[in-house]
Amino acid sequence: MKSLSQSHWGPGALAVCLSLFLVVFLLVPVAKVIYVAFQHPNTGALTLINFFDFFNNSLFRESFLNSVYVAGMAVLVSSLIAVPLAYFTTRFTFGGAVLIQTLGIVPLIMPPFVGAVAMLLLFGENGSVNLLLNDWFGFTVPFMKGLNGVVLVESIHYFPFILINLSAALLNIDRAMEESAQNLGASGTRLFCRIVFPLAMPGYVAGASLVFLKVFDDLGTPLLLNINNMLAPQAYLRITTIGIGDPMGYVISVILVAFSLFSLWVSFLALKGKDYATVQKGGGGLMKRDLRKWEKVGCYAVVILILVMVLSPHIGLALLSFGTVWSFSVLPDAFTIAHYENVFRTATQYISNTLLYAGLAALIDVAFGTAIAYVVWRTGLPGRQWLDYIAMGAVAIPGVVLGIGYLRTFIEFQVPIIDKPLATWWVIIVVALAIRRLPYALRACVAGLQQVSIMLEEAAENLGATKSRTVWRVVVPLMSGGILAGFVTSFATAAVELSATIMLVSQQSDAPLAFGIYEFMQSAAGRGPGAALGIVAVIIVGIATYVSHTVIESGERKRQAGAAVAAAAGA
Amino acid sequence: MSGDIRPDAVGVTLEDVGLAFGNTAVLKGINLKIEAGEFFTFLGPSGSGKSTLLRAIAGFGPEPSGRILIGGDDVTRLPPWKRNVGMVFQSYALWPHMTVRKNVAFGLEERRLAADEIKQRVAAALDLVGLTEFAARRPAQLSGGQQQRVALARTIVVEPRVLLLDEPLSNLDANLRIQMRRDILALQRKLKLTTIFVTHDQEEANTTSDRIAVLDDGVIQQVGSPMALYDNPANRFVAAFLGTANLLDGRIERAGGKSVFRTGDGTQIPLAVVDRADGPATAIFRPQDLSIRAAREGDGAGAALAGVVQSREFLGHLIRYAVAVGSHVILVDDTHQAGRPTFAEGDKVTLILDSEQVRLLPS
Repeated sequence: MKSLSQSHWGPGALAVCLSLFLVVFLLVPVAKVIYVAFQHPNTGALTLINFFDFFNNSLFRESFLNSVYVAGMAVLVSSLIAVPLAYFTTRFTFGGAVLIQTLGIVPLIMPPFVGAVAMLLLFGENGSVNLLLNDWFGFTVPFMKGLNGVVLVESIHYFPFILINLSAALLNIDRAMEESAQNLGASGTRLFCRIVFPLAMPGYVAGASLVFLKVFDDLGTPLLLNINNMLAPQAYLRITTIGIGDPMGYVISVILVAFSLFSLWVSFLALKGKDYATVQKGGGGLMKRDLRKWEKVGCYAVVILILVMVLSPHIGLALLSFGTVWSFSVLPDAFTIAHYENVFRTATQYISNTLLYAGLAALIDVAFGTAIAYVVWRTGLPGRQWLDYIAMGAVAIPGVVLGIGYLRTFIEFQVPIIDKPLATWWVIIVVALAIRRLPYALRACVAGLQQVSIMLEEAAENLGATKSRTVWRVVVPLMSGGILAGFVTSFATAAVELSATIMLVSQQSDAPLAFGIYEFMQSAAGRGPGAALGIVAVIIVGIATYVSHTVIESGERKRQAGAAVAAAAGA
Repeated sequence: MSGDIRPDAVGVTLEDVGLAFGNTAVLKGINLKIEAGEFFTFLGPSGSGKSTLLRAIAGFGPEPSGRILIGGDDVTRLPPWKRNVGMVFQSYALWPHMTVRKNVAFGLEERRLAADEIKQRVAAALDLVGLTEFAARRPAQLSGGQQQRVALARTIVVEPRVLLLDEPLSNLDANLRIQMRRDILALQRKLKLTTIFVTHDQEEANTTSDRIAVLDDGVIQQVGSPMALYDNPANRFVAAFLGTANLLDGRIERAGGKSVFRTGDGTQIPLAVVDRADGPATAIFRPQDLSIRAAREGDGAGAALAGVVQSREFLGHLIRYAVAVGSHVILVDDTHQAGRPTFAEGDKVTLILDSEQVRLLPS
């Protein structure tokens, strides 16, 4: 409807700048990676030989199968955790609901690799749990043995994706959907199987495919658990040990991207044309019922068991950070604050680097997110949707792949004045973080913009404000909630990113927190300080998550006010 | 084909039904007898309890006190899926993951009917609502009116003992609404199905219903045929809710051997029919019970009321004048025809009231 005819160069120039940034820092590096994967290592001709080599190598075949297995099992285990929790909260009036909602946030404030070592100490072969099991019952459970460890750590970290999506889907089912089935004679399990479950299915699949994608791409957790026979670690190891000329890293990257795209496609299919959010005015979610006494006991038992599991990385990490020596014992021998002293004496560089990188990346994200949202939703520029698609496409690019792409693409580009390759300058880490987190910030900004009724803009223009004045005085203030939420989300997740940064850190003084934790955790002596640094990361992310939660809550209230405006306008 | 669907009509009896959400009483002492095959309407403003009452009959919401009998069976404590009452929801509540055919077949499948019979009855039901060629579509691919008809087909196909309609027309646009209410009525007549219809729209209620129960504040205010309610409202609420009414507070008095109605400011209305003793009362008459003409010398006697036009609304077939009479504002309808003289604001006019039409209520 809005045409650009009488409008200015502004939006056009903005769109060109945004596209340029995305092309240079997202499309070109990824294209480069894909191109190299299909390029003969010696002749440079296009070929499939690298892929043949890959599948002829038993280590790579094993890595590939392991990655698929771990991602699949992680989906299964996360489902076992998330599905009962989602069901309890949406079907029963249950005091534990608040507990469960907290469960949904707690794991997300710690990247999985941070807790991985602590999980070894709690659940490993000689960890606390198995020592106790052995003492009491004379057997042990290989929770953390080999790939099991990766599955467990990833599941505990990523199950909230299923919990959140499935709960939302269940809550969005209009009560009339259920009542009409009852009215026609359905009840109990048949009602659940025929109506409730199919209606909630898209939410579950969306969550599950996200878990698959995240686990398949994760580099930090297997590295920390010393599991190298998986795809992402193999890509990292090939590039860091053999060099950026080795084609195997690129082949693995292509496979990672392909699987990411595949799981996104599955999630897209699951949701396509199935906007089952059926709540109508006066509707309300599914009917809840009270629990009988013994049911309540059972529910609480399940919830508390899961809560303990979910909190175990945090508990383990805290113990580790305050413990002196912790080996072959249920708890550390003694407690100390020496590790924190150590960290604050020697490792503050990591913290300040992280605040700088994550802060800058989040700033870039919200600036670009706002700009892209505006260009896509408020202008008539031809092809404007592509900005949205490309920016969102970053979701499908694993950190390892982006890291490899940057190394390969920018190693030859000398930055003027400082005279070093762009690929080894710290700014490239910021750019990588910004690109990787842009999708989250962009969605938050779009949500913010969609809250702003176009009529509010027209009112400003009608009273004499130009386009840019309108954006500045009306649009940006009204979408500030979304922008802030986007900033905090980007910041919190960028602060603990490891997979791209680990490839791009070229010197110790440039390294951020996540890298520092990884470095510390490499040696037994470094575990204490590493854990202390991990706790610092958890606190930073925790504060940021709390802030974003508060911002989103208040945004929700504002949205209701905005909806009232829209409703009044529609009436 | 439609002959395949033959529900047996039964009556519905409500005995002292009460219901509360927490401490808020939503229904209070409802007693009602709905006859088999009747098209019965619960009419009332939002919050009057009409939907809650309908849902209680279907078995939804908190368990009510009192008794609900369907065809003589006490269903008060039966779960919804054992009542065999068909309900059409305001939102239609079509399941988006099923095709139209699957939606309609659902209730029959729940009743474990043979596949052949299900097929026949689904076909018959779709034929009945004229949606045979849409059977393979999903609800999202249908218009609002079509969705409405699927919801109807899905409900009647199970041959419910009673059909419950919860504001089924409120999501349709004005023209479709009139068409659908005719269709629903025709269907009801054809199937002779006991139907309870909930609406806040008096025109909808008047055009469809055999009888109406007017609800307000969780209490049935009056039960009767649409015309009986309009002509003889039992109280101010019913009078004002059904159509437009002039309501004047005053006293019934004797003047010169005849009964008159006198308001506080001295305005006098002669009464033709007096069915209650002298004393305080409320007089009710409709805008069409008065006629309006220009004031003339000698006016003021008898049933004539002198007034000044305050405002007017042109409604197409008539003009509705608001006329100040004493301290009252009385609404008067005047038929409109091209060329017929009209009155402007400030004009002095005389209103002639047909005193036969004045109803008296205790004030």
